[in-house]
Amino acid sequence: MKPKKKIYMTAGYNTVSLGTGRKEFNPKKPRPGIEHYIKEAGQAVLEKVGGAKNVDETVISNFMAPRYNRQANLPGFAPMIDEGLLWKPAVSVEGACGSGGLGLTTSIRSVLAETADVVMALGFEVQNTMKAVYGADVLAGAGWYKVRKKGHAHFFPGQFSDRAGVYYEKYGYDRTRKGMAMWYHNAIINARKDPTAQEYHNTNPDPFATAYKMQPNGKVFVDHLTVLDCSKVSDAASALVVTSEEGLKRIGVDKKDAVEVISFANVIRDITKDPTDPTELETIRRAVQQAMADAGITAKDLATVETHDCFSIAGIMAVEALGLAPKGEGADYVAEGKTAADGEVPMNTTGGLIGWGHPVGATGVHQAVTIWQQLTGNAGDAQINIPADRPYGMTINMGGDDVTVTCIIYKRGE
Amino acid sequence: MTYEERLENVAVLGAAGKMGSGILLLTAVHMADLQLQNKDKTYVLYAIDVSNKALTGLMDYLRVQVRKIAEKKINWLRAVYEDREDLVENGEMIDEYIFDVMKIVRPVDVMEAAYKANLVFEAVNENKDLKVKLFKQIKEHNDKVWFFTNTSSVPIHYLEENAGVKGRIIGFHFYNPPAVQKLVELIKTENTDPELEKFALEYAKNLKKIIVPSNDFAGFIGNGHFMRDALFGINEALALAKEKGISLPQAIYMINKVTQDYLVRPMGIFQLMDYVGIDVMQFIMNVMNPYLEDEDLHSDLLDTMMEQGVKGGQYSSGAQKDGFLKYEKGKITAVYDPDKKEYVPVSEFAEEADKMLGELPESAVSWKSTLKMKNKDEVLSKFFNDIKNSDTLGAKLAVKYAKNSKAIGEKLVSDGVANNADDVNTVMLTGFFHAYGPINNYFD
Ligand SMILES: NC(=O)c1ccc[n+]([C@@H]2O[C@H](COP(=O)([O-])OP(=O)(O)OC[C@H]3O[C@@H](n4cnc5c(N)ncnc54)[C@H](O)[C@@H]3O)[C@@H](O)[C@H]2O)c1
Repeated sequence: MKPKKKIYMTAGYNTVSLGTGRKEFNPKKPRPGIEHYIKEAGQAVLEKVGGAKNVDETVISNFMAPRYNRQANLPGFAPMIDEGLLWKPAVSVEGACGSGGLGLTTSIRSVLAETADVVMALGFEVQNTMKAVYGADVLAGAGWYKVRKKGHAHFFPGQFSDRAGVYYEKYGYDRTRKGMAMWYHNAIINARKDPTAQEYHNTNPDPFATAYKMQPNGKVFVDHLTVLDCSKVSDAASALVVTSEEGLKRIGVDKKDAVEVISFANVIRDITKDPTDPTELETIRRAVQQAMADAGITAKDLATVETHDCFSIAGIMAVEALGLAPKGEGADYVAEGKTAADGEVPMNTTGGLIGWGHPVGATGVHQAVTIWQQLTGNAGDAQINIPADRPYGMTINMGGDDVTVTCIIYKRGE
Repeated sequence: MTYEERLENVAVLGAAGKMGSGILLLTAVHMADLQLQNKDKTYVLYAIDVSNKALTGLMDYLRVQVRKIAEKKINWLRAVYEDREDLVENGEMIDEYIFDVMKIVRPVDVMEAAYKANLVFEAVNENKDLKVKLFKQIKEHNDKVWFFTNTSSVPIHYLEENAGVKGRIIGFHFYNPPAVQKLVELIKTENTDPELEKFALEYAKNLKKIIVPSNDFAGFIGNGHFMRDALFGINEALALAKEKGISLPQAIYMINKVTQDYLVRPMGIFQLMDYVGIDVMQFIMNVMNPYLEDEDLHSDLLDTMMEQGVKGGQYSSGAQKDGFLKYEKGKITAVYDPDKKEYVPVSEFAEEADKMLGELPESAVSWKSTLKMKNKDEVLSKFFNDIKNSDTLGAKLAVKYAKNSKAIGEKLVSDGVANNADDVNTVMLTGFFHAYGPINNYFD
């Protein structure tokens, strides 16, 4: 969908992604709760937009606070961020790991419907409240409940392990593992450039070698993935504002400091059915194609992409869904360094889900914040070159196993 | 009776004690796993103890520990509960498994429960008369039962003769805590039924334990080595104090440091005595001593400590109680002075003591760093060789200590307690977490 009026995003903010890997993380000590994350991200954004009085509506993205934190009815947290949001509209949206993307498009729709000019989109998840073995039950809610029983103890790693297994079989094990190891490598190297990233403190001198050496072992984890192929458990929040042209004026932000939404696509697959081809992320492919067609661009016009690498194999399949490499050659494309920060199309430049973290409901918003930082020259040490002839950024956010997908294309405001 | 049949009805005596609770946990989990695979059978495990309060605590302990075990074998649980449509999530299966284990266990405070058992694990206090009394009582009502005793020091043949349970008893000596420690010393008498031994080996294998056979001499291999090694440490400290004209606390500090830092052990010998408990040590030595012909396993210093009520051991939380040494947050802060009947802060003598011991060679390694070391032997060889060639007091004490430790090990073999040097080394490596066995050539 190409918006019928100009839509902008700006004033992005990420909290630290807390979890294993961060020095300050100690599973035995008490940690900040959901209120802390919602407030930190929300208040930081409000400060950048001239206060709550400038915000018409809040959209909160979250996946499983009812289970991780025993909390539902999330719109009620908007006025806790700032009294200025009291008595104003708020809504919460859920689409598993794709909740953030849905929050962004919900915000966009509100501006398009002219029910708001400035919408704050805030995503959060606080997952370290339980051990991984129980967290796996919670995350399994992103799949169809009727297949949970026959699924793996670690349900989602199990799903993507099955995909990886078929992929190895079809396109070659070693070649694919090389690409996956490089995906991990890039995630770590990029995360080290962003102080909020979960892997910011990682000091491994050769992440590629570590990941390449490690063999999947079904006895200790799942058959076809290692733990380094997986994103981690994270506590974090991300937020930004979505505005109209008038809204941008109201908050006093220059267009150059905002990104414009060129097109967006929500594409949904039937959760009760298995994917037709396990080696392909079809929903992502359709979302990407639709968004690019609406924007009138091809993958060659992209300066950078934030894609949903809950598992490294999903990163590789996204490269193929984008058409950057033919089916079965995504791993080679990655192994050749083409997705690295200095590569052909830099991807996940602050680490992505594997390196920056995967606070499920926040992830889609975090991706947009990263694109906003990169396109407006605010990415600090993680800043990549944005070529003038390829000025576009893209986010791909996926809920569940290629079920709830949002793809958005951005360009710096002008 | 097959292996599985034997395990259908089991009793643990002293089930709420330190060792009994661990033995109960491991056995309950093993039996529950059999129950899950043999649904037409009924498995029963009596947890027998005289203390009802402790039995209540045991049930709490079980619930926490079984949860941890269940979390680790979630893949297995998902397979086992495959047909249970009501169990979908990991959490539901873990809860169910905890209940499946708990429902096998019958906590009771009456000995009669053991009259129907096919197998009795005994872990009551280290009191041979008590053990004999209980075995006799059970035997009179139960002619098929096998006895597994956890005694640390009583010869098994003594229990066998006095309780009249010929051939039906075996020493199955777990280390503390049984749920963590991999080592079990297995002690037969000359009458032990070969079927009983076969069962014991299979049971140990299923519990993933490492078995070292020990012959039936008081103290067996582990305590046989430890008690003598500790006594040597005590005597070395007393001699050092006299010879150098320093206080006993300072000498204890120095020997403790030498045995830890120079000998690359997980803790110094005095800390280990505190860990085991001075009361437990004294007790075990008293039980062992009458059986020893050519040596006197006894220490006046231990008696004095006991008289003054300084005992070491652990709190129920697992935290270390003060003994020879005083601990604050796990760190040694003071050393006991039996003359003054008080603790002397380490800061009063540490500097002088360290100076007297001298510098450690540069090749020194910590015990912890050896845990994952691939070239451990090479690294230790170099370090110990440097110690051998060093003139410092610390190095000299270390070499003397190591040679004595080796001699103790060799004597266990020549006396026929251990079958060979490897068995002695395995016990010290796995039961005491030493980085190398006492019978080695590092210090020759
Ligand atoms: N603690 C160790 O490090 C260790 C290591 C190896 C072997 N052992 C041996 O294990 C045995 C138990 O030692 P522990 O340290 O667990 O002692 P403990 O004092 O912690 O436990 C003994 C338990 O036996 C119970 N008990 C006493 N009389 C009883 C009776 N008549 N009937 C039923 N229960 C009775 C007590 O209430 C207590 O719960 C001893 O033989 C000891 O030598 C101990």
